[in-house]
Amino acid sequence: MKASVLTGQHYISGDVACAEGALAAGCRFFAGYPITPATEIAEHVAKRLPEVGGTFIQMEDEIAAMAAVLGASWAGKKSMTATSGPGFSLMMENIGLGICTETPCVVVNVQRTGPSTGLPTMGAQGDMMQARWGAHGHYEIIALAPSSPQEMFYLTITAFNLSETYRLPVLIMSDEIVGHMSERVTIPPSKEISTSSRPRPKGRKDRFKLYKPGPNGVAPMPSVGEGFRIHVTGLTHDEKGYPVLTAETQEEMMARITGKIRKNLGDIIQTEGYRLDDAEVVLISYGVSARTSLAAVDLARKHGVKAGLLRLITIWPFPEDPIRRLAERVKGFMTVEINMGQIHLEVQRCVGRKTPAVLVGHPGGAIISPDHVYEALKEAF
Amino acid sequence: MTEKRSKAKERSGHPLDDLLREDRIPHIWCPGCGIGTAFSSCLKAIRSSGVEPKNVVMVSGIGCSGRAAGYVNLDSFHTTHGRAIPFATGLKLANPVLHVIVFSGDGDLFAIGGNHLIHAARRNVDMTVICVNNFNYGMTGGQVAATTPKSARTTTTPFGNPETPFSLPHIAYASGATYVARWTILHTREIAKSVEEALLKKGFSFIEVLSPCPVNYGRRNRESSLETLKIYQDKTIIKNGAHPSSVDIDPEKGIILGKFIDVDRPTCKEMYDKICRSE
Repeated sequence: MKASVLTGQHYISGDVACAEGALAAGCRFFAGYPITPATEIAEHVAKRLPEVGGTFIQMEDEIAAMAAVLGASWAGKKSMTATSGPGFSLMMENIGLGICTETPCVVVNVQRTGPSTGLPTMGAQGDMMQARWGAHGHYEIIALAPSSPQEMFYLTITAFNLSETYRLPVLIMSDEIVGHMSERVTIPPSKEISTSSRPRPKGRKDRFKLYKPGPNGVAPMPSVGEGFRIHVTGLTHDEKGYPVLTAETQEEMMARITGKIRKNLGDIIQTEGYRLDDAEVVLISYGVSARTSLAAVDLARKHGVKAGLLRLITIWPFPEDPIRRLAERVKGFMTVEINMGQIHLEVQRCVGRKTPAVLVGHPGGAIISPDHVYEALKEAF
Repeated sequence: MTEKRSKAKERSGHPLDDLLREDRIPHIWCPGCGIGTAFSSCLKAIRSSGVEPKNVVMVSGIGCSGRAAGYVNLDSFHTTHGRAIPFATGLKLANPVLHVIVFSGDGDLFAIGGNHLIHAARRNVDMTVICVNNFNYGMTGGQVAATTPKSARTTTTPFGNPETPFSLPHIAYASGATYVARWTILHTREIAKSVEEALLKKGFSFIEVLSPCPVNYGRRNRESSLETLKIYQDKTIIKNGAHPSSVDIDPEKGIILGKFIDVDRPTCKEMYDKICRSE
């Protein structure tokens, strides 16, 4: 067996860094289907997983990949898949099953331009709302947006930790540019990597209730083959896991699967501020667009404009509070994202009507350059 | 567990009670439906196989047969429509100790889930797939299926079915299944024997069980449940070892039943361990 944590300095792509982050987090099962620009993740774990006692399988499509990931998770393995837009669409129904059955797993979407086959395979950030609402029904989800290969490594570990702690599929919403760019990535010694595992049941097996929540709202999770005789269904179910098809049971189940996220926002949400202290205009961005926005902030400052950047690391649940707090003191906001205004809708919602919020969007296929952001900023404010 | 089992016996005296979630009974299946018979034969096989119940897991998709996982007192999963097999593949590959049974219907396994079935058979994932074939979509009120006989009437073929049905054993065999059998719900002992053999066999096993659906299929094709059973009694011919390409379902000429295929080839996991973990 080889090391699962490749401690040291590496010059690797975001996709490969994501794969190594997964292994460092304890991922031992990957089911996938080839799709540019996410394929390198599958290729890398196809080689690495058997080296560390894990299993890789290329399934017949993304629907099957997502189903296999859920099955492997219930067998007790930390499991994941990686895809891009078209595959993400196909995975949606089983992501919904994962939410309903509270199944920990990680789904990476290295975004490319859509709709449909779009511009294969140039970068975009057009699946952000699909990440929020792509499966049918109402639910809460966790989605993270890495801005660099180094962050692809770390946020993949964070994604596994959150998925295990809160028992749900956690989405990594990367993009083609971050996925394909190569940079220096530092992998720390394994003892410096903190990993979480799903809460485990204690007490008598015959009295065990599969969905009876613990103190943080999350129910302990047994694995198949441990003698708990669990029943897991995508039908509306009670605490025992049994289908009970009533509005009352639906209400209880929804309170649990949404409550466990809403009650723990402080533990889940991460943002990063850049030159915000005296900022009068705040750029809000994520992923690759946060990198160009950061350069635009410096450019604006050079020209005497007091700009700052709020980088969203967590996209869902949406970081409402940091934006609301900023809205109390700054003159304006500008959302920078490679779509025609998705996260901008959320920004507008949080900012309210008193403070102007402007979108610098892009239909996809290219990054938004710092110059472009600065010009837009000059024009708007 | 043994204490629980003896208590269950005391109460009802039925030897399979321990494998049933009694608190989930009554089941949803209609009077005259055959799914329950296929299900109880499956439970008998689990018991007689001697496999430790904690290592047996049942996975179902969506549909009438898909409700089976909700009644079995084992680790059990009721997944999305058509996706029981890839879910089961994940379970099995992540914990090879498990004996994985997929219990579902013809619509779930061969229409929406057809792609997964052929690939699991090709890979030879070690699992037992039991397909209750009732020739139509029962849960949604009797629509045409990939198994509906030519000319048969369903709610979506009001003039009769213009399409040709699949032969399920033939597909399973052609895709690489190492065990293929077909029975009807009249053949309870044979089903149980096949399921037991399949459970103990390493490889992808497929068992088709023909079943009446009197409420939806039978009603529209002038066939009561009893008449369907009469056909199963009079028109079935047991031909063990018959080539799967020749196993017709023809109420006039005959319905071919039997254990058609029982061969050995390395499983998905065996090949993965041999080729990918060799270093």
